[in-house]
Amino acid sequence: MSETVATVGEAVLAERRLNMIEAINEALGIMLERDPDVIIMGEDVGYFGGVFRATAGLQAKYGKTRVFDTPISECGIIGVAVGMGAYGLRPVPEIQFADYIYPGLDQLISEAARLRYRSAGDYIAPLTVRSPFGGGIFGGQTHSQSPEALFTHVAGLKTVIPATPHDAKGLLIAAIEDNDPVIFFEPKRIYNGPFSGFYDKPVEPWKKHPDSVVPEGYYKIPLGKARTVREGEALTVLAYGTMVHVAEAVCQAKGVDAEILDLRTLVPLDIEAIEASVEKTGRCLIVHEATRTSGFGAELSALVTERCFYHLEAPVERVTGFDTPYPHSLEWAYFPGPVRIGEAIDKLLKD
Amino acid sequence: MADPAQPSDSNRPALALHVPEPKYRPGDKADFSHIDIGQPGDQPRPDEATHPSAMADLAYGLVRVLGDDNRAHGPWNPRLSPDTLRAMLGHMAMVRAFDERMFRGQRQGKTSFYMKCTGEEATSIAPAMALAHDDMIFPSYRQQGILIARGYPLIEMINQIYSNKADKLKGRQLPIMYSSREHSFFSISGNLATQTPQAVGWAMASAIRGDSRIAATWVGEGSTAEGDFHSACTFAAVYNAPVILNVINNQWAISSFSGFAGAERTTFAARGLGYGIAALRVDGNDALACYAAAEWAANRARGNHGPSLIEYFTYRAEGHSTSDDPSGYRSAQEREEWPLGDPVTRLKNHLIAIGEWDEERHAAMDLKCAEEVKATTKEAEKNGILGHGLHHPFHTMFEDVYEELPWHLEEQAAQAIRERIAKFGTERPFG
Repeated sequence: MSETVATVGEAVLAERRLNMIEAINEALGIMLERDPDVIIMGEDVGYFGGVFRATAGLQAKYGKTRVFDTPISECGIIGVAVGMGAYGLRPVPEIQFADYIYPGLDQLISEAARLRYRSAGDYIAPLTVRSPFGGGIFGGQTHSQSPEALFTHVAGLKTVIPATPHDAKGLLIAAIEDNDPVIFFEPKRIYNGPFSGFYDKPVEPWKKHPDSVVPEGYYKIPLGKARTVREGEALTVLAYGTMVHVAEAVCQAKGVDAEILDLRTLVPLDIEAIEASVEKTGRCLIVHEATRTSGFGAELSALVTERCFYHLEAPVERVTGFDTPYPHSLEWAYFPGPVRIGEAIDKLLKD
Repeated sequence: MADPAQPSDSNRPALALHVPEPKYRPGDKADFSHIDIGQPGDQPRPDEATHPSAMADLAYGLVRVLGDDNRAHGPWNPRLSPDTLRAMLGHMAMVRAFDERMFRGQRQGKTSFYMKCTGEEATSIAPAMALAHDDMIFPSYRQQGILIARGYPLIEMINQIYSNKADKLKGRQLPIMYSSREHSFFSISGNLATQTPQAVGWAMASAIRGDSRIAATWVGEGSTAEGDFHSACTFAAVYNAPVILNVINNQWAISSFSGFAGAERTTFAARGLGYGIAALRVDGNDALACYAAAEWAANRARGNHGPSLIEYFTYRAEGHSTSDDPSGYRSAQEREEWPLGDPVTRLKNHLIAIGEWDEERHAAMDLKCAEEVKATTKEAEKNGILGHGLHHPFHTMFEDVYEELPWHLEEQAAQAIRERIAKFGTERPFG
């Protein structure tokens, strides 16, 4: 385990700051270098390096048979990845937008997720499906969705969502090395900078954020472990991806002493961290950008209620996107931003 | 409610929807004289490196070797040794005996489900014999012949069918959804055609690695309508994958005839041409033609000349599974009227015609197969039949969902075991 952790605070590394795309690109390069079984494929990921540049330079360095473009067929991309996994490769397919993943769902749900189980370990599907997700970039309804709850509902899949460049690199390496199929959703709104939710304020680059300090070389962050963004006493905030930063900014603006947990992995979930925090604060706010009904927040709310009921001093609150398609022009009316989060905090702290 | 046509449209001709209908339904006299089956030996055998467009006619004709005279004809004759032919016949006889016994077992309540491959034996056994033993198979659900040809133990198949305590798949899979990595036989899915892009991916991986093994997949004509099949064809063509896409056109998808997958318009082999994939259409009841086509496609793939799509034109002589009664949707005469006969009978008659077999030996072989299956079935039954199904420890239900059990599955496993104790007490040997 000696090489698994590089300390962020080491002076020599302190000034190396990356945005999330650079961190992901670096993780992919490291895994291509370390493991000859790793291959990357997807629409536009080869010569061009991906529409978000996450695979830039990788084909030139590792060759066309390890990093290559695919036909526009998500069913085919996931389907061939399952076959490659059965052969013994460790494919890292990219689905260009999470909104496009649905044609590949049967291959993910009925095949990748079930293969180890149905073959009693004869075959596994060690895929990591990378896909940019979430809104806030005026992507309209087909470039903004957050479909993570669909995947958390599937036995056999793991769902991972990073919130910082540092985590994106370490979690992606862990996901690729994991022998189970992992859905790795990248919050594209924070590819280039942490988003506060105040869309009318200037954009902050990652360079100013402490978690943009990304150690060089190999390290991984175990799946299933949440990150405490800040400790606090007033309430617990459960969030992931973009909403970690939005919630943090709102709490800061309101001067609320919140304990904010960045879940990082939805399945497997760090239930211990959640329980410990809610038992301490007695109040729980759940924030996600995805639509509300049957969203992952419903699961979180049920778990907190089932397991921490006698510690709760107020009903669990959910702040989510509305149950509508993601609208183009009304994006900021849809987005669970500072107003919606602020009202929920006020309600939680009322008594 | 549908929008009514506007008055201004009234002078236009009314459109008519075509809903395909099979020629014969229950009670009808079946007549297949409209099917052009060509002549054995008539089809040319191109070089394995031939461009698909230069051999397009082979997607519309029918590669045939065995004639009505029971002799092998033409360039597709694979010239197999009598020993190989007898082995092939032996596998086909064994599959038939196995199917008979397992079907009966389901009717006797020993398991929930079974699927026979009667009439289609040649389409799995002959190609399996033409491939190398370690070429990777991505089967559909009616390729038990491949496992038998590859020497997979019958008792393992029966244990799986019974979901008993010796079932290597721990009772998790519907009967006949086998898996054997040792025999390069992929885990069978109940979802149709999903195996086709997986086979292409495996073949791509083999090519990425500079391996020499190729992949082959089987899919029914009905499920070629699935998007997965078209993804498979696209990827196979784009990456020149060393893969063989076998389409078993057995005319029926449960109660839906092949017209619902497009057979009224063109052949299934012709699907390959649009993708630039070499395509062959083969008499699926002619074991020699099946072998020859698979051998051709395997040589093509192994020589880096790319994928092939083979349509095996055959007939599903029995129901889809133990769950349907074909007399409810098709003419009972179809099986006997099928113009390409029965694959076992044809191979047997060929061996007799060349002086390498006789009726006595055949009868003895059938008897031996039946006895072996019967004895193995009895042996398997010592491990239990499906019954109440609770043969494996309850904790196994939660294993292999992930490589390691996360907390929520550990909690649920503990609950399942509590429920078991509540119902059965602590006496049970499992869980």
